[in-house]
Amino acid sequence: MSEFLRSYLTIAIFGGLAVVLIGIILGAGRLLRPTRAQDQKYLTYESGADAVGDEWSQTQVRYYIFALLFVLFDVEAVFIFPWATRLEEYGMFGLIEMAIFIFILALGLLYAWRKKVLRWV
Amino acid sequence: MIDPALGTLAIELAYWQETLIKVGVVAALVPTAALILGYVFLLKMMSFMQSRLGPMDAGPFGILQLVADGAKFLQKEDIFPARADKWVFAMAPIVVLVSTMLVYVLIPVGPDLVGEAVDTGVFLALAVSSISVIGILMAGWSSANKYSLIGGMRAAGQLIAYELPLVLAVVGVVIQAGTLNLQGIVAAQATGEIFGWGGIGSPFILTQFVGFFIFMIAVQAELTQTPFDMPVAESEIVGGYQVEYTGFRFLTFFLAEFGTAFAFAGLAAVLFLGGWWVPGFEIDSPWLNVLGPIVMFIKIMAVSFFIFWFRFTYPRFREDQLQALAWKVLIPLSLANIVVTGVLKVVF
Repeated sequence: MSEFLRSYLTIAIFGGLAVVLIGIILGAGRLLRPTRAQDQKYLTYESGADAVGDEWSQTQVRYYIFALLFVLFDVEAVFIFPWATRLEEYGMFGLIEMAIFIFILALGLLYAWRKKVLRWV
Repeated sequence: MIDPALGTLAIELAYWQETLIKVGVVAALVPTAALILGYVFLLKMMSFMQSRLGPMDAGPFGILQLVADGAKFLQKEDIFPARADKWVFAMAPIVVLVSTMLVYVLIPVGPDLVGEAVDTGVFLALAVSSISVIGILMAGWSSANKYSLIGGMRAAGQLIAYELPLVLAVVGVVIQAGTLNLQGIVAAQATGEIFGWGGIGSPFILTQFVGFFIFMIAVQAELTQTPFDMPVAESEIVGGYQVEYTGFRFLTFFLAEFGTAFAFAGLAAVLFLGGWWVPGFEIDSPWLNVLGPIVMFIKIMAVSFFIFWFRFTYPRFREDQLQALAWKVLIPLSLANIVVTGVLKVVF
């Protein structure tokens, strides 16, 4: 296996073992803690009063346009990182290319701003 | 394990042995880091800032208070609310803590002391650290509680808004270092020069102070520390996504929060403050395997001090102010920072 893949394998093994470790600690706690079932304990907590209505109540997701913008800008960040590591080789050409790219994105942000979607509704 | 005089690893280990040791070290490091930050800053520094002593009974100066708290949490009953989605509810804290532990693998504390020096280091660190938002959303939704749902939604909105400034602030450092590898970034700072003087290298905080400023604000928001603590705001939504959690599962969220604070402080130290390098040493000097962790610890505590200082000083933002700060100030500022850094890099 190449060095490149091996370093990511370490991280994958690591993630797997971390899940197992936390599972073991949670399982070990089972030996220490009491379990005394009472119906009232399993009610939904609403500051002491009885829960009203359906617990999975509808919530207005006020920021879905922010979330859409986030997807765009995060993809942009993925493009900027490889460019940033190689800027020295690209020189002026790479700089102007990326300046145009960032300018267009900034224009998009400005458009969203002018359209008043960057507002908490 | 390491003999500085020989400059080599005294013992050659097989791949699986090495990996097992790394897992053990990081698994011990995350709770230790959380305990240190929790004791030094949350219990003691906050108490002194408020003219009180803080915990004094468990151990000398109350040093074992959090250990005692942890032992107490382990003995608490594990309650799953009747309406909760049990499987998702049980997995959520694990997702959050695993995301924290994966960041630790990537942060170097010496020339050879790093979990895994991958080429995409800083990019991967930011990517795995943002997995925690999925865990928080899982916790918020699966609890089947109105407070939890609102808390989870707030957390998601906040973390996506501040993910961008966090990532874009780092681009300036990457442009200057010319690599994503965290060891490479440390080396770039160690070999750098300030106007031809290389005495202390060139920590990127000097040239990337705008990036550092944006990075620290975004870290504060990603950690949901106080000016940005709406997802867990006690006075509004009781405890947000943590409301229905008891015992050890609740403790897992605490460990993850403080463990991540330590990890992000470490990332800030590596990216902006010169990392583990000590002035006067060659970059591959084996002595740095001994001194590096000490230097890193001091830098991490210094950065953490600022994180917690802000936490104890500022009142909470409003939700709309939070989004406006990210989208109207920090993101344009970090885009401008990228362009200016790029121009300066190419011209000089």
